[in-house]
Amino acid sequence: MGFQCRALCKTFTARNGEVIALQDVDFQVNEEEFVCIVGPSGCGKTTLLKIIAGLAQPSSGQIVYSEQPQNGQLHSAMVFQEQGLFPWMSVQDNVAFGLETQGAQRSQRRQLARDFLTKVGLAAFVNSYPHELSGGMRQRVAILRAFLANPQILLMDEPFGSLDSQTRLVMQEELLRIWREHRKTVVYVTHDIEEAILLGDRVLVMSGRPGRIRQDIQIPFERPRHLANRDHPEVAEIRWQIWSMLEDEVRKELGILA
Amino acid sequence: MANLEHVGRRSTQRVGNFSLNMNQPGFWRRLEAWLPGLIIILGLLLWEWFSRTGRLSPLFFPAPTTILASLYQMLLDGKLALNLGATVERLAIGFAFGGLAGMLLGLAMGWSQRLRQVMDPLIAAIHPIPKIAIFPLIMIIFGIGETSKIVAISIAAFFPMLINCMTGVRHLNPVFFEVTKNYRASRWKTFSRVIVPGSLPLILTGTRLAINMAMVIAIAVELLAAKEGLGVIIWFSWQTLRIEELYASLVVIALLGIGVNLLLQFLSKRLTPWYNDQTDRQY
Repeated sequence: MGFQCRALCKTFTARNGEVIALQDVDFQVNEEEFVCIVGPSGCGKTTLLKIIAGLAQPSSGQIVYSEQPQNGQLHSAMVFQEQGLFPWMSVQDNVAFGLETQGAQRSQRRQLARDFLTKVGLAAFVNSYPHELSGGMRQRVAILRAFLANPQILLMDEPFGSLDSQTRLVMQEELLRIWREHRKTVVYVTHDIEEAILLGDRVLVMSGRPGRIRQDIQIPFERPRHLANRDHPEVAEIRWQIWSMLEDEVRKELGILA
Repeated sequence: MANLEHVGRRSTQRVGNFSLNMNQPGFWRRLEAWLPGLIIILGLLLWEWFSRTGRLSPLFFPAPTTILASLYQMLLDGKLALNLGATVERLAIGFAFGGLAGMLLGLAMGWSQRLRQVMDPLIAAIHPIPKIAIFPLIMIIFGIGETSKIVAISIAAFFPMLINCMTGVRHLNPVFFEVTKNYRASRWKTFSRVIVPGSLPLILTGTRLAINMAMVIAIAVELLAAKEGLGVIIWFSWQTLRIEELYASLVVIALLGIGVNLLLQFLSKRLTPWYNDQTDRQY
């Protein structure tokens, strides 16, 4: 399902007055499109994602969806940066949580979770607890939970932000592989420019304080994409284009002037 | 490699047929494990000796063997079963009511900020009042029978349970509630799948503290007003100067406490494996 954000604004009341987190955010996401949002830290990326997820309300503006929500189907599922799994539930119960809240029977949802886990090679960890898994595996489980819930829109908030760079490379490919088989509309927030270019059909570049969309870049690469794409000269070109937009803000934020 | 073995052998001194290797870390670890037991046994032996030789007044400090004999006697003539039964029954009923009420209100207060804002000042005001101090008041309201004792024990169990359960919910990572909201979990699912299991470690801590508090108050009300119970034996043995029965009752109370703690340790291992393993990891 596609949707359109129209003039979204979000203000917070802080100690020293109002803070404008988002200002006039306008963009459209099409059906089954993979859209990445990059921006400096504190630019309101996570706030924007939470508004799309319905976890926060915009101060003004609205989100218009391309279709009416089908009965019962989850509108969106979010993959959080970390700690999103319930430590007291086994891996299969965590993966099946979205089905559980939608009313699936215990045996049925466990069967579906086990099938899904087996398909991605995690059969051995069905009954493990999250703390027994590595950080990368935990995020894999969190992603599977979101996919299995079969939401109309998948939202990801820097899901690989806390992983080491090697693990991240493999996880990015894994995410694209799962997505190829279960096509969904995805909004993926990251601060990693290269990651955004390699994953997204489009990259939205945000500016910080107040957060707004500065540019909407189409990524011209064919799918399926591979790690080898990384060295493509065009990737370097787009990366440079995005970085030149962000550099000033990052410097300003840190007080390091060029 | 050969060098290391040589050094290792040299530090081992042979004393008779035993090898006493104090450089081995295992030796100290084993000593550490046995030390508490050794100290207790040594203390009991000293006590026995002092009491038998009259260095300690056997009237006030009867020898451990005398206490044991008195305990055995109480076991034989049914005195122990009768009084222990009375105390445990009060404790169980009082804890069931007070603990359950404290748990439900505590979880609710941890969950709902509004409820917490209303109830917290009230709890803060009532909690510090010594529960035994309001026992006369409870007797005026509930009569001098069994009910007033159970009410006093319930109140004692209520507060530690409430505070721990509230803390348990409040310490849950807020992201868990975002996940439940995002997946549109019902209030019941949120309660049964997130709030209760997530705060279970602290619910168990609350249970432990609540049972201990309940035990203190149970003995105390029995000292004041009861026909049966361990507190009654303690009071009578003081009045009739059969101090060994007092000590025997204390031993029973201590054993009861150890039993409850072992049970709770077992429960927490069974019910919250994820939590125990995590804490093990930090150490």
